[in-house]
Amino acid sequence: MKNPITKLVESIGNEQKSPLPEKKPENANEVIQLLSQITDPEIPVINIHELGILRNVTWNNTYYEVTITPTYVGCPAMGMIEMSIRQVLDQYSIPYKIITSLHPSWTTDWITDIGKFKLKEYGIAPPSTQKRIQNLFEGQGIVECPRCNSANTILISEFASTACKSLYKCNECLEPFDYFKCH
Amino acid sequence: MSLKNYTLFLADTSLILGQRLGEWCGHGPVLEQDIALTNIALDYVGRARLLYQYVSELDANGKSEDNYAMMREEREFKNLLLVEHPNIDFGFTVARQFLIDAFFVPYLEELSKSKNERLSHIADKALKESQYHLRWSSEWMIRLGDGTEESHKRIQSAVNSLWEFSGELFSPVPYEKEMLLEGIAPDVENILTRWNQSVNSVFSEATIIKPKDSWFQKGGKEGVHTEHLGYILSDMQYLQRTYPGQDW
Repeated sequence: MKNPITKLVESIGNEQKSPLPEKKPENANEVIQLLSQITDPEIPVINIHELGILRNVTWNNTYYEVTITPTYVGCPAMGMIEMSIRQVLDQYSIPYKIITSLHPSWTTDWITDIGKFKLKEYGIAPPSTQKRIQNLFEGQGIVECPRCNSANTILISEFASTACKSLYKCNECLEPFDYFKCH
Repeated sequence: MSLKNYTLFLADTSLILGQRLGEWCGHGPVLEQDIALTNIALDYVGRARLLYQYVSELDANGKSEDNYAMMREEREFKNLLLVEHPNIDFGFTVARQFLIDAFFVPYLEELSKSKNERLSHIADKALKESQYHLRWSSEWMIRLGDGTEESHKRIQSAVNSLWEFSGELFSPVPYEKEMLLEGIAPDVENILTRWNQSVNSVFSEATIIKPKDSWFQKGGKEGVHTEHLGYILSDMQYLQRTYPGQDW
């Protein structure tokens, strides 16, 4: 028996993996739409547009300039993401150049509301919108459990399975969960 | 030439520290801290890559970022002596990390205002990561310093041994001075004041006694290293030296 959360996650995952459209994109907006099918290899429910990695696509008379920005400088997912962009655009023989931009530097504020919703449904607490706490030993502000919504949670580790997350535990439902840390 | 050397100093410092932290992979005292150490390592290796990529663009001899990391010898590396020190134990690694994080946070803040756009963008990106690292290393300095008798003893002795390598952070070599004049590198005099503030406040909470400044070891920035660097390089560069150009 699959639990409701697993089913939901699978349905979101499937929605992302819809086949590529037959029609070749004809302008920058359509290229953005097309590239929005590419998901983060570590968090397959969220696409690169929702995550704020895909910054812009512009037509440059002869080719499209696709601007992307890394979340963390050492994030190994960036190589995968760039390869996925190439694969998709090559399928349509679209001329392009990928530009990796570091400035302004990526922030979790760029994750769209839909992106944040999808993270939560997937079991990852989205970055808090509250003031960032700077004092030592005060954790990262109030982080709600993505499963039971309790605010009674505790930081287990500032660093977790990927560079962009930290590890929490819910004191109500006792489940551990990832928190997409503010950056 | 000075810009290239200066960028190599930043790149080499990042790479060697990344490699040292990476040695903790699978050896951390607890799983969470094993992950923390290797996450920080990853940030440093990422930073090193961006800097080597820039160096290879500055240098029109067709050398790739990998060439710089994997095919140079000790005397060509310009990293700080502080970062090449062996990990010894968790406390020693935390102390080394704290001293460098307390340096990098103000340093990158200033470098992000550099006249060199490329370095300023890299610094801007790396700054947020270093702020997060500093929080982690500060908390651990306090936990260990103000912890048990054993943890206090070890962290104090780590600070004592590392202290003579901290002076190099604030002793500019000719290429740094030139970069400072051109508005590219930060003025380390100003960084020193802020570094001291962080160090004093964390040490006092951690009940760690700040060692007296005496003679400081230097040389790393100009390629004169401790014996430790050769061992790191032989480990790190083994594969590329044995199978040059190997890729995966």
